[in-house]
Parts: sequence; structure tokens; C-alpha cells
Amino acid sequence: MRKPKRWTALLMLFAAVAMVLAAACGGDDDDDDGGTTPPAGGTTAAGQTPTQQQDVKKYDPGASDTEIKIGGVYPFSGPAAAYGTIGKAVEAYFKMVNEQGGINGRKITFITKDDQYSPDKTVQAVRELVEQEKVLLIFNTLGTPSNTAIWDYLNQQKIPHLFVATGASKWGADPKSRPWTIGWQPDYQSESAIYVEWLAKEKPNAKVAILYQNDDYGKDYVEGFKKALGAKASQVIVKEATYATTDASVNAQVAQLKESGADTFFVVATPKFATQALVAATQVGWKPTILLNSVSQSIPSVLDPAAQQGADLSNIISTFYIKDPGDPQWANDPAIKAYKDFMAKYYPSGNVNDGFNVYGYAVAQTLVEVLKKSGNNLTRENILKQATSLKDLRIDVLLPGILINTSPVDSATPDYYPIQAEQLAKYNPSAKKWDLFGEVIDISKKK
Amino acid sequence: MTEFIQLVLAGTANGCIYGLLALALVLIYRSTHIINFGQGEMAMFSTYICWSFLNAGMGYWVAVPLTLILAFAAGIAVQRVLIRPVQNAPELTIVIVTLGLYLFFNSLALWIYSGVPKPFPLPTGIRQASWQVGDIFIIPYHLFIFAVLITLMAVLYVLFQRTKLGLGLRAAAAQPASSRLVGINVNWMLALGWGIAAAAGALAGMLSAPVVQLEPNFMATILIFSFASATLGGFDSPPGAVVGGIAIGNIVALGGRYIEFIGTQLDIVLALVVIVAVLLIRPAGLFGRQVVQRV
Repeated sequence: MRKPKRWTALLMLFAAVAMVLAAACGGDDDDDDGGTTPPAGGTTAAGQTPTQQQDVKKYDPGASDTEIKIGGVYPFSGPAAAYGTIGKAVEAYFKMVNEQGGINGRKITFITKDDQYSPDKTVQAVRELVEQEKVLLIFNTLGTPSNTAIWDYLNQQKIPHLFVATGASKWGADPKSRPWTIGWQPDYQSESAIYVEWLAKEKPNAKVAILYQNDDYGKDYVEGFKKALGAKASQVIVKEATYATTDASVNAQVAQLKESGADTFFVVATPKFATQALVAATQVGWKPTILLNSVSQSIPSVLDPAAQQGADLSNIISTFYIKDPGDPQWANDPAIKAYKDFMAKYYPSGNVNDGFNVYGYAVAQTLVEVLKKSGNNLTRENILKQATSLKDLRIDVLLPGILINTSPVDSATPDYYPIQAEQLAKYNPSAKKWDLFGEVIDISKKK
Repeated sequence: MTEFIQLVLAGTANGCIYGLLALALVLIYRSTHIINFGQGEMAMFSTYICWSFLNAGMGYWVAVPLTLILAFAAGIAVQRVLIRPVQNAPELTIVIVTLGLYLFFNSLALWIYSGVPKPFPLPTGIRQASWQVGDIFIIPYHLFIFAVLITLMAVLYVLFQRTKLGLGLRAAAAQPASSRLVGINVNWMLALGWGIAAAAGALAGMLSAPVVQLEPNFMATILIFSFASATLGGFDSPPGAVVGGIAIGNIVALGGRYIEFIGTQLDIVLALVVIVAVLLIRPAGLFGRQVVQRV
């Protein structure tokens, strides 16, 4: 018989554990991009914004009299491939813009690469886009880890890194240190602050228990929540528990949180763990008000599976900033109608009700506005200046009342958070939809 | 006290799943002295097969046994086709083949089913709502997992200890050369061992999927705890794997709560601490046989 050697077995075991850990960590943080989404719809078209600076034509690499070259990187395959549809919607939007005459007569060439949600591949893809394809700017690259990997490179090369598809607050936290990168969607900290606003008004004596993912994404939310609470944080938050993406389930964490006596449960979890948390709370007989982070507000991937396992979904609140194309209340909304026409004509293979597609539509529209404003001065510097000087820009698939505002680094109050307003919604389990309520809450005005 | 009991229940439920996969690891280790790193991914892929059946409208109680049979056959096929040619090669070679299995099944699942988590239903007939006993909430599905585990242990015990086939399986593992001489087909016995292990792994996958949701990496995370369970229980002891699994489930749940500096942040470290401690203090594990070598 073969004699097992003890030390080889031991080595093997360590190798195994290391490997599995690596695999587990690499694979699971997919959902922290937050794009989750609400749906929305949009509109249109090419625009009527008056163009300025028509006079002198100035170009950086990637721009010419006939073309504007833009690079994008998305996970079209791999564990986070569900996000890939954003890239396809963006591409379809640019195709529509080109058919309608382009931007000040120039056609957009959108070159996309697949990074499989793996940051090392993102670096390689972005270098190819910049050094070989010579794109004018990098747009809407997706994922917090992926964008972190190319953050320094693009800032050193002074290439606009616009409207990244992640909700991390760091893209706007210190614009002076990396001025070439800017986010787009509401960041996690702003979202937390919106929940705090609501609690202050509706449940001033709330006792909150928080479940969060033990990484930058989870901590970003919790930090925002504590910042917004200020000195009251230690009284309001009665218990925190974390999970790692390697945990099999969060049952034990939820049991602990319930025992804290909290009446409000803030779930900062990616869809898989959010579903577990909703089910586990019901299973241990806990009936708190649930604040569900927007990362996991998807009905098909979180709420439906939770309902199938018997979770009580009658008291769940989340935040939204885009119109949901599947929501009957927008059925006759011109913006959503235009969005649906766009999908039918330019991206017929995409799911018209998928929030990611509305997201792509809206963010592409924002870039088109920036490019129109840049006029004939298509230098990287001017594009960055235009992207960071948006004043009350309205993208019509965003919820009514939400406007995009930014300010450049050399202004008195730099603002690298384009969207900081959201509206709350309560889940309606019988109709299987989110019901918006209250006013749009704009966090930038409270700071 | 209520919280303690609730945590023990949650820890035991997780532990049963670790134990099931650890059992699959042990079944292969016992007969061939290799660790199959592809075990978790084979289980994951089997679970996807079951999901496809369910999705096509098949009932739970038809789809699960069917998947078990397919997993059993696939386990045998993997052994015959991939492992047997390298059976007499150095251990490292075999380990690398099993790492290949890991990557193969992971990529295949990602390619076919994409990375989007798929909801997996509870068994038909299992009540969703909890039973409340005093302040304690008992989750019916957790009892179900526990019952399946006990049943499986009983079946394996009878198979290995009370049947001629089981005798052959044990003999082929312990003394391959002598077994051959008395007419046991050792190669087939090893293949059957892989088949049984693959079926046990598939069961672990299908039982955990309703709780954790099905996605291509879902078993990889459970595999870490299964390694800890098998190490704790002893890599050559099936009951040890199960006891080890339940112990690890509870160590993680309770340690995360009652050891202040660990908290829920570091609870996975507890699993690694257990692995290291066992290997240093009692390398054969709680139930394993110490291997004595004549020199």
C-alpha cells in the first residue's frame, strides 16, 4: 500500500486551503458595483444642447474631424457577466447617436474589451486601449476592484476616466489627488445618509442592527451610515455583524443581530447573502424594518427567491434613482417610451426590463452631453473640465427631480459625485414591485 | 441562553453541509490516499444538473435521485478516464489532475450557466416556516439536512461493514496487492469509491443550494470548511468527517459570537486555526488511525 507521508499531506493541505481561499475571494465580490438597479427609461436623443466653442478645433489622440474614440471595459464573460449588458447598451446608444448624425458631426467609435471582472485583465485591456487603440478617454469601466487597478495609471497618463460603473465613495472623496477619475451613480455613503434621513424623520428612536460584507464595499456603507448619524451613532447602532464571501450562510450572524433587540435591520449584502439574510430573519422570528442596500434590490435575483423560501417581505425599504421600465407607473412616461423604442431598434437581444440596460442608456447619455459641450475642443483637459462642470443636467430616465451636478477641482467646492439624490421605495410583496414614496432626498444639499 | 441555542442550531446546520462534503473527501482519501480538490466543483456541477432538471419541470423527488445516479456514474467515469492512467504516478501528479478537475468543472459551469446565482427550491413537502419552541426557532429544513446526514451515515455503515461489496472496497483500499491475489477487482473498487464520493458530494451540493444559492463558486467556499472538518475528524474516518463538520460549524458560529476579538470578521480564521492545531497536535485527527510505518 502506498504510505502517506505526513509532511507531504500537510503541504498539500495548505496548498489546498490557499488555493481555495484565493478562488473564493476572487470570485465573489461581483456585486459590489451597485448598479443595481432600478429601471428606467429614457430618452432621448441627440441633443439639443447648444454647442459652445465651435471656433478653434483642438484635438488630443483619439479625436479628429470625423471621429471620437472611446474605450470601455466590461465583464462580458466570467462570474459577473450579468453586468456585461451595460456595455452592450452603451454601445447601442452610441450607435443610435451616430445614426442621428453623431456629435457635432463626429462619429463615436466605442471600443470595448472583456476583463471577466478580473483586475489584472482590466489593466491589460486599458493599456491596450490607451497605448494601441489610442482612445481619447476611458468610459464607464465596471467594478470597484477593476477601477482601482487602473486608477493610478489613468491619472498619471492624464486620461479622462469618466463615470465609472461602481458605487464606491472613493471616486469622489479626494478629487485633488486623482482628478481624472469621476463616478456617476449615487455612492454607497450617500445612500446610507439617505436611510439616516428617513430614520430621523420616521423612526427617531430606531435601534439599528447592521449586517455587512467584510470588505471595502460593506465598510463604505457602514462608514457613511455612521458619518450621517454623527454623535448619535453609538446609541442608534446597537449591533454590527459581518460576513465574508466565503461564509456558507449568514444564519448565525442574523441570530446574533436579533438578540440585540434591534427594531431596524440594515442589510449591506450582495444579492446571494441578502436573500439569505431576509430568509434568516423570518426564520428566527425577527420582524424588523429592513433597510435593503440598493446593491440587492433586484426582484428576480433577491426578493423572489427570498419569498420562495418564505421570507416576510412586508417591511423593506430601499433607494432608487432611475425609473424602472417594468414598473407600470412609467408605462406612458415619454422617457421610458423612448428608451423602449431605443431597445427595440438598437439592442433587440437585450432585456428591456433589465435595470442594467437603463443604467447603460442613462450613463451613455450623460457622456454624450459632455462631448457635445466640449464642442470642437476635444482635448482630454477640456473633456474633463466639461465632465466636472455639469450644472443641473437632467437625464430623463432618472427619477423626476434628480439632477446631475459636478464641479471641477479648481473650484471652491469640488464635486465629483454626479448623482447624490435618491428616492425611497417600499417593497410591495403582493404586487411584486417597489412603491416609491416621499420626496427625492438630495444629500449634497445637506452636507 | 436562547441566543446560544439558536447559534448552535445555525452552526450545526452549516456543519452538516461541511460534514457531507468532508465525507466525500474522506471516501476518496481512504481508498486512494489522495485529496480530490475537484470534489467541491464536481458537487457544484451536479447541483447545476439537478437545477436543470427542476427547471425543466421535473419534481424534486425525481430530480434528486436521478442526479445522484448521474453523479455516481460521472464519479466512476472520472476515475476510469482521468485518474487511473496516473494512479501509480507520484502523489503530486494526481493532485495536479484533481486541480485540473477543479478548473474544468468551474469553467464549464460558468460557461453553460453563467455566474448569475440561481435560486434552488426547498424539497417539496418541507415546511418553510419555523417551529417556535419557547424563544427558540427551529427551522424544519435544518432538521431535514440533519436527518439526511444520519441516514447517509447509516447506509454507508451497512455498505462498508455488512456487505461483501463493502468488504471488497475496504480490502482494495487497505491491501491492494493482497486483494488482487484473492480475486478482488481493485481497479473497479477504486472507481466505485469515486462514484460513491461523487454522489455524497452531489448530495452536499443539492442540500446546501437552497440555503446559499447556486452559483459556480458556491462549493469552493464550503470546501475550505470541509478540509478543516476532515482534518479535525481524521482524513480516513467517515464518521470523523461528519463529527468534524458539525464541530467546525459550531466553532465558527460560537467563536464568532463569544470570542470578542474574533467577532464575525475573523471567523474563517477559526477554521484555519483548527487545521493547524490538529496537524500539530494530533495529525491523524480525532477519529483517524495513526499511521505506523515499519522502518
